[in-house]
Amino acid sequence: MFRPDFSKILLAVLISLSSSALLAQTYGVGKTLTNKEIEGWNIDVRPDGQGLPKGSGSAVTGKPLYVQYCAACHGQNGEGKPSNQLVGGRGSLNTAKPIMTVGSYWPYATIVFDYINRAMPFHAPQSLKPDEVYGITAYLLYLNQIIPENEILDAKTLPKVVMPNRYGFISDPRPDLHNNPCRDSCKP
Amino acid sequence: MDNQKVNNSKRKLLASAGAIGLGGLVPNSAIGQSSGSENMPPNIPKWMKSLGEPVNWRSYGLPSEFEKHVVKFKRPSDQPTEGVSLTPLQDLHGTITPSGLIFERQHGGVPIIDPSQQRLMVHGMVKRPLLLDMNDIVRLPSISRVYFLECSGNTSRDWAKPVSKNVQQTHGLLSNCEWTGVLLSTLLDEVGVDPKATWILAEGSDASAHTRSLPIGKCFEDAMLVYAQNGEMLRPEQGYPLRLIIPGWEGNVSVKWLRRLKVGDAPFYTRQETSRYTDLMPDGKAREFTFVMEAKSVITKPSGGQKLLKQGFNEISGLAWSGNGRIQRVDVSTDAGKTWREARIDGPVQTRAVVRFTYPWSWNGGPAILQSRAVDETGYVQPTRSQIISLRGINSRYHYNAIQSWGVNSNGEVSNVQA
Repeated sequence: MFRPDFSKILLAVLISLSSSALLAQTYGVGKTLTNKEIEGWNIDVRPDGQGLPKGSGSAVTGKPLYVQYCAACHGQNGEGKPSNQLVGGRGSLNTAKPIMTVGSYWPYATIVFDYINRAMPFHAPQSLKPDEVYGITAYLLYLNQIIPENEILDAKTLPKVVMPNRYGFISDPRPDLHNNPCRDSCKP
Repeated sequence: MDNQKVNNSKRKLLASAGAIGLGGLVPNSAIGQSSGSENMPPNIPKWMKSLGEPVNWRSYGLPSEFEKHVVKFKRPSDQPTEGVSLTPLQDLHGTITPSGLIFERQHGGVPIIDPSQQRLMVHGMVKRPLLLDMNDIVRLPSISRVYFLECSGNTSRDWAKPVSKNVQQTHGLLSNCEWTGVLLSTLLDEVGVDPKATWILAEGSDASAHTRSLPIGKCFEDAMLVYAQNGEMLRPEQGYPLRLIIPGWEGNVSVKWLRRLKVGDAPFYTRQETSRYTDLMPDGKAREFTFVMEAKSVITKPSGGQKLLKQGFNEISGLAWSGNGRIQRVDVSTDAGKTWREARIDGPVQTRAVVRFTYPWSWNGGPAILQSRAVDETGYVQPTRSQIISLRGINSRYHYNAIQSWGVNSNGEVSNVQA
């Protein structure tokens, strides 16, 4: 006749109770977020386009916005001064004077949108509407001869833009240097 | 064994050098010599003949008025709200950086945040997205740890050739503090991270909404949510009221004024981890996600701009640190790298924290080139400048950790040299 070992069953129940209690244990801090609340701050954009808002713009719509908001620091044509140069520099990365711009260096077009959207204009960040950010992004890509003047950028087309330096990045190989801890008669 | 030797040689030096005063080294003209005459026996100085300042004359203490020269140095920049200020390492002692002298790297100014307004959003690939206020954060189990913080651009201006005058300008994007807060893993366990998650985006609430991606392993290993440094709440320019500290990694990822953590399954590739903080190599390729600050050291006394006053005993003292763990050893050379001897490491050796090393040196009055070389617990040896340049060229702006050379001339003047 089958006789269950109640002590073992009891032990198993206790273990499962305590472990599930541990797993579920929280410090009970914070407030649960609604999707709408998350949406308000969830501004980042990934290279695959995740996070891009509705809206659109082209170099045609972006040019007057660039002149109004960006040119004072970045130059009429993105040539820089006083702030960073945004246009040109293609082919310079392996020379003695690399010029690192949106066109020559940045690997993804989404970065241009994300950075303008979160941090520009310098004196009034997060003041531009999505259509304006798409437009200025398109204008910078146009100045860098990456897209035509009339190409419309939106959440679908922007991630498809292939930047010139898309494959210019490698993973960190360090430690890549191996110094010998010499003590005497060392060659400096 | 080596320490024993150092101690023995130190005793000999002490015996031969005779009286040793603070005046062995003149960091600048600010150390007063004019007051010496008043306080010579048998005169009684004026400060003994009258009462001093009242108790609690400053309800928040300040350095002596004779230390006014010990300040951060701001580099010229396009915008006053963007750029760096550097820590005056040549005037500091021990290992802890005073809170008011910690270097700054700001991208959009210093936001002034009422802690009652502070909120941290944690969302993305988590079971329970949460919004936390400071009361929530402070309620969580707390820890305090000493870690260095170094900008990955530290010393990069001297990459191609020595141009900086003193150690503040060569190495002053370095600080070392006790940080208090919560292990990031505590918070991540609280929200329940999806096992498929691999990266976390950290976003600050400054005007640049500064943003970096972090591999999730580091977030669970030793990353901290920090609200206090050196025993008091963070200073505004250091991220008050809440920041990340990512031990041993480039300072840029220790996001200040933290407002959002988003858990994801890929790096986010923000501007600050592509356009900047990537390391351009001679072939035109750039290294990305170069987080670790490898082992490095520098002599702070004597260092550029200082002057040795007397021949004989002059202690060499400096700082060493490694983003890959504990400092195992520091070697010092006084002959431009021909001979190296082990320095004494003073005080506790903690992982990813600055140690102070000292080395007893007798200056013979002739020219000398002083160098230090850090070795960490992984066996990594701080490289020479020529080793770095031969492999990485001179176009990169980040992670330059070469052995620093200070030249002493026969007048005792110390300058930044290439050796």
